[in-house]
Amino acid sequence: MLYEHPAYRIMGDRALLVELGDGISPLVNKKVREVFLCLNDSQVEGVVETMPGYRSLLIVYDPLKITLSALKERLNKLHTTIDRFEIPKPRTLEIPVVYGGECGPDLNWVAEYHKLSPEEVVRFHTGTTYQVYMIGFTPGFAYMGQLPEAIATPRRETPRTAVPRGSVGIAQSQTGVYPVESPGGWQIIGRTPLRLFDPEKWPPTPLEMGDLVKFLSIKEEEMARWEV
Amino acid sequence: MGSIETLEILAPGPLTTVQDRGRFGFGRFGIAPSGALDAFSLRIGNLLVGNREDEACLEITLLGLKVRALVDLLIAVTGADLQPHLNRKPLQMWRSHIMKEGDVLSFTVPRSGCRAYLALGGGISVTPLMESKSTNLSSGFGGFEGRALRKGDILSTESPQLHLRAEGKALDRKLIPAYGKNWVLRVLFGPQDDHFTKTGKTTFLNSSFNVTPHSDRTGIRLAGPVIRTRAGMEESIISEGVVSGTIQIPGDGQPIIILGETVTGGYRKIATVIGADLPLLGQMKPGDQVNFEEVSMKEAYHTQSQVEEIIRRFKEEL
Repeated sequence: MLYEHPAYRIMGDRALLVELGDGISPLVNKKVREVFLCLNDSQVEGVVETMPGYRSLLIVYDPLKITLSALKERLNKLHTTIDRFEIPKPRTLEIPVVYGGECGPDLNWVAEYHKLSPEEVVRFHTGTTYQVYMIGFTPGFAYMGQLPEAIATPRRETPRTAVPRGSVGIAQSQTGVYPVESPGGWQIIGRTPLRLFDPEKWPPTPLEMGDLVKFLSIKEEEMARWEV
Repeated sequence: MGSIETLEILAPGPLTTVQDRGRFGFGRFGIAPSGALDAFSLRIGNLLVGNREDEACLEITLLGLKVRALVDLLIAVTGADLQPHLNRKPLQMWRSHIMKEGDVLSFTVPRSGCRAYLALGGGISVTPLMESKSTNLSSGFGGFEGRALRKGDILSTESPQLHLRAEGKALDRKLIPAYGKNWVLRVLFGPQDDHFTKTGKTTFLNSSFNVTPHSDRTGIRLAGPVIRTRAGMEESIISEGVVSGTIQIPGDGQPIIILGETVTGGYRKIATVIGADLPLLGQMKPGDQVNFEEVSMKEAYHTQSQVEEIIRRFKEEL
C-alpha cells in the first residue's frame, strides 16, 4: 500500500530515508521512481546522492550545506507538485539466457519442487515482463519482480560461496542476474552472456531501476553472438 | 615531467590498498563508495605532502608493508601507529619527510589503531573509475588493478619532485588523534529504532561490545548482550539503501556497523554513527571495546563543523 504522506526515517546526520509504502509492489516502486527522478531533476543543493529501493528512497546529503529540516521541506513541496512532473517512460530490455545444464545447475531442482518439467519452468520465466525494483547487493545486481506464483521458490538452504558472473537466479517471487562473481543464495536456473557491469563504461550497468525486462531463451551455441 | 615510477612494494602486509575519499554518487548502480575508512587521516596525510586532500593514498591494515623509493619522494604517514621505520630508524608520523631514492620504509606491528595511511607527494597514478581511485575489493575494480597490493608491484606518481620542498610540514600535536582500545561512538537513533523494545534500546546504549575478528572493510561485527526487537517482527526487512556507520541488528541480536563497501541492506538498523566519528571506525580492531552514546542532531552538526574547521585552519597554515 502507498502511504498518503511519505514517512521520514533518519539514518544518522547525513542520510534520510523516505519511505513511500509498506510493501513490495509495482505501484509503490513506481512512486519511488517518480520521487527519485523528480528529486534528481530539481538538483537540490547539498544532496550528495539518491538511492532508490523497493519502497523507499535514500537521500545522502551534506549537513553543512542543507539542514535536515530544509531537506524535508523541499521533499514535502516536491510531494505536492510531483503530479506536474513528466515521468519518462521505462525502457524495455531483453536478456538472453541459456537455461539449465552447467549454466543453470538448480533448474531441475526448481522444476521438481513445483512438479513441473524444466521446460515449463523456462516458459514461466520467459513469459513474464519484470520490473527492476532496485539495484543493489553488488554493482548492477537488479532485483526484479514479480515472478509467476507457479515458480516462486525459496532460497537455497546453503548459499554458494561463488556464483559465476551472468548467473540468472530466482528467490521467492523475485528474479535477478549476478553481474559479478559473488556469494549468493538464489536458485540458479540459467546464465546470460550479457555483461551487466562494466566499471569502464558509462553507464556502468545497462539496467536501471524502473526498467522493464524480458528474458529470452537461447541455445549455448548462440552465447558468443551476444557477448560484446 | 608527468607520471613516473616512484615506489616498489617489497612486502604488502595482510592488506594494503589504494584508497581516496571514495566513489560517491553511484549507489543507484549498486556501486559502493569504498574509500579510506579513516578519511580524516587520509585528508591530513595528503595536505602534509602538498596534495589535494582527496588524492589517493595507501591504506595499510595492521602491519607488514615494506616499500622502496625509486626516486626522491615526499611522504607522510598518518592514522594508526604501526611503528613506521625509514631505513630502520623510527619515523615521526603526521609530518612530511623526504624518502631518498633507495630508502626503505617499513611498518612493524600496531602500537595503536588499525589502519595507517601513506601519502605520496604527487599522489598515486592510477586511472580513476567513476571519479575515484579507490579500490573496490569485492568486485575487483578501481585502485591498483582492482586488487590489494602484492610484492613486486610498482606505483607511479605525478611529478613527485614538485612536492619535495613541502618537507617538514607537521600537524599540531594537540590535533593528532589518540587511539585507545575503548571507543565511544556517538550515534543518532534510526532508521528503524521503533522496531526495538525499550529494553533493547537501553541495552544498546548501556552495554560494552567487543570487536570480533570477523570484522573487515565491509563491516565491524560486535559481540555483546543480545539486542531484542519487538515481538512478532520478521528477521529481515525490505531491502533499502544504507550508508557507512549504520548499525544493523540481524536475527542473532549482535550489532554490525556497516562500512563503505555496502550499498543496500535487509536487516533493521537501530542507530547510525554520526559523521564526525566515522574516521574512528577505520581505527577499531578485533579485541577493542565499543560503547554507544546518543547525541542530538544539533550536536552531530556542531561536531562535524568543528572537524571541518580544524581542516580548514590547517590548510590555511600550510
